[in-house]
Amino acid sequence: MIEIQELYKYYGDRRAVGPLSTQIGQGEVVGLLGLNGAGKTTTLRVLACDLLPTSGNVRVAGIDVVERPDEVRAKVGYLPDRPPLYDDMTVHEYLSYAARLRNVPSGKVKQRVTHVEELTEIADKANQLIGSLSHGFKQRVGIAQAIVHGPELVVLDEPISGLDPVQIMEMRELVRGLRGAHTVVLSSHILTEISETCDRILVIKDGRIAWSGTETELSSTLKQGMHIALTLHAAGASAESTAQKARAALTGMTGVRDIEELEPAEAGEGIASLRVAVSSDVREEVGKSLIQAGLGILELSREKELESMFLELLEEGEDSAARKRRKRRHADDLGASEPPNAKKESV
Amino acid sequence: MRALVIARREMYAYLRSPLGSAIIAAALLVDGILFYFASLDTKRLSAQLLTQFFYDSSAATMVAGLLLSMRLVAEERQSGTMILLNTAPIRDRDIVVGKFVSSFGMLTLMNLLTAYMPLMVYIRGKVSVGHILVGYLGMILLGAAVTAIGLFASSLARSQVVAVIIGAGMVASMILLWVVARAVDPPFNTFFSGLALHHENYRPFMVGTLSFDRVAYYLMVTYFFLLSATKVLEARRWR
Repeated sequence: MIEIQELYKYYGDRRAVGPLSTQIGQGEVVGLLGLNGAGKTTTLRVLACDLLPTSGNVRVAGIDVVERPDEVRAKVGYLPDRPPLYDDMTVHEYLSYAARLRNVPSGKVKQRVTHVEELTEIADKANQLIGSLSHGFKQRVGIAQAIVHGPELVVLDEPISGLDPVQIMEMRELVRGLRGAHTVVLSSHILTEISETCDRILVIKDGRIAWSGTETELSSTLKQGMHIALTLHAAGASAESTAQKARAALTGMTGVRDIEELEPAEAGEGIASLRVAVSSDVREEVGKSLIQAGLGILELSREKELESMFLELLEEGEDSAARKRRKRRHADDLGASEPPNAKKESV
Repeated sequence: MRALVIARREMYAYLRSPLGSAIIAAALLVDGILFYFASLDTKRLSAQLLTQFFYDSSAATMVAGLLLSMRLVAEERQSGTMILLNTAPIRDRDIVVGKFVSSFGMLTLMNLLTAYMPLMVYIRGKVSVGHILVGYLGMILLGAAVTAIGLFASSLARSQVVAVIIGAGMVASMILLWVVARAVDPPFNTFFSGLALHHENYRPFMVGTLSFDRVAYYLMVTYFFLLSATKVLEARRWR
C-alpha cells in the first residue's frame, strides 16, 4: 500500500526527515512512534500529500505522490494533530462539505455522511455547531471527515492527543474499527497507545526509522534489560541477613543475571531492598523462590515500564544531558496524557 | 466544479458571520452619504452626478474588496483548516478560484445594491443606460482586480491584519503609479499611467466610455494576482 524509499524532507537547511525507507502493506494498522520533533508529523504530511518530499520516492497504492498528488489525495484520509474544523458549520454540513471536496458523487454524499456519523457515533450531534462540541467529539468529527470518502489509507496524527481517559478508550475502539476496511497509519509519542491499537510499530528517531517490528518483538527486545525491584521482610532478622537469604534463594536461578543490594525502601526491622537484573520476565519464579526461602514479599515489581525502556531504545548515541532533557520532557508528556491502563506491570 | 464547492462554503461563511454583512453595510452607508452630498449640488448635470457616484463608489469598492478578501487564505491557515483543502484532491488553482469567486460575488452583490442611486439619476435626470452599465462594468472589474490582490496578500500572510496591510499597500502603490507617471519623462509616463489601478484605467468607465484596452487591463491584473496566489500555495508544499 505504501512504499517509501530514501525519503528526505528539509525545512530550509534543517533536515526533518531522512533517510527514511519502509513499506506498509494493505490493511495493516501501523504506528509511528517517536518523541516530539522526531519527524512523525512531517512523514504523515508527505503521505497525505500536504507536503512534497525534498527527495526520495513515496508511492501510495502504487501512485507517486509528486507525479500524481491529486490521485493520491483521493485515496487518503488525513486527520492532523489539530482537526481541521469550521466552528460555524454543523457536523452534518461540514462532513457533506468534506465529502464533496473529496469527489464523493452528489447522489451519495448524504449516504456516506450518515454512514460515517453512525460509525464514529456522532449521529446525535449531526445538527450541532462544531464550535459547541467537546474536544472528544471534535476529534471524532475529524476522523469522520478523514474517512467520509472511503479512502484506502487513513492517516491519523496523534489521534488521542488531549483526550481524557474515557475518550482515549473510545478513540482506540474507533481506530480498531477501521482495521480491515482501511490501511491505517497513526502516530503517537506514547508507546502504550501504539501497542494497544497497531499491528506493527515503526520507531522514528531524528527523522529515521530506528526500529520496526511487532509489539511482541519490541517487548522481547526491550525486556533484555529488565530489572525487578524487591522489598523483602524476614521476621526477627536484620536487614543484612534478609538480603543474604534472598541472594541465596535467587543466585543461580535461570534468568537472573545480577543481584544488587539497595538502601531499604521502607523503615523497619528485617526489611531489605534488592534490585535483580533479569534476562527474561521471571517475576513469578522469583516470587516462588523467595516465599520458599521463608521471606515475606512487601514489593515485587518490574522496575521499568515499557515506556521507560522505549526511551532507552531512543537513547542510543545520545549524550547524557540530551537524555536527561528528553526524559524530563517525556515524563511531562506522559503525565498529561497517560492512558488509564498504561502498562505498569506489578505483582 | 470543486472550485464551486469551495465558493459555496465561503459564501456561507460570509453570510453566517457578521463580518461580511458589516463590511457591505458600512460600504453602502458610505456610498449613500457621499451620493447624498453630491446630489445637493444643483448646478451639477445628471451625467456629472453619475460620474461622481462611480468615482466615490470605486473607493468603497476597493476598501470593501480588501476587507472581504483578507480572510480567504490567512484565516484558514490561522485556524488550521487549510490542511483540509491541501489534502483534498483539488488543484491549488481550484482553491484560489473558489475563494476568489466567493469574495468577488459578495463584492458584486454589494455593488449591485447601490443600483438604486444611479436609477434615481436615470429617472429624474438625463443619463443613458449605457453610461450606467459601463460604470458598473468598470466598478465590477476594479472590484475583481482588488479582490485578486487581496487574495494574493492573504495567501502570503498567516494573520488577517497582516494580509489587509499587505493588500492595502499593494493597492495604494498601484493607484499611486499615476503620480509616478507625472514625475517621469516620456515614454515612461505612458507606461506608468497605463499600469495605474485607478486613474488612467478607471476614469473612462466613470464617464461611460467603454474601452476594451481598459477591460483587458483589469482582467490581466486579476489573472496575474490569482496566478501569483496559486503559485504561493503551490510553493508552500515544497517549503
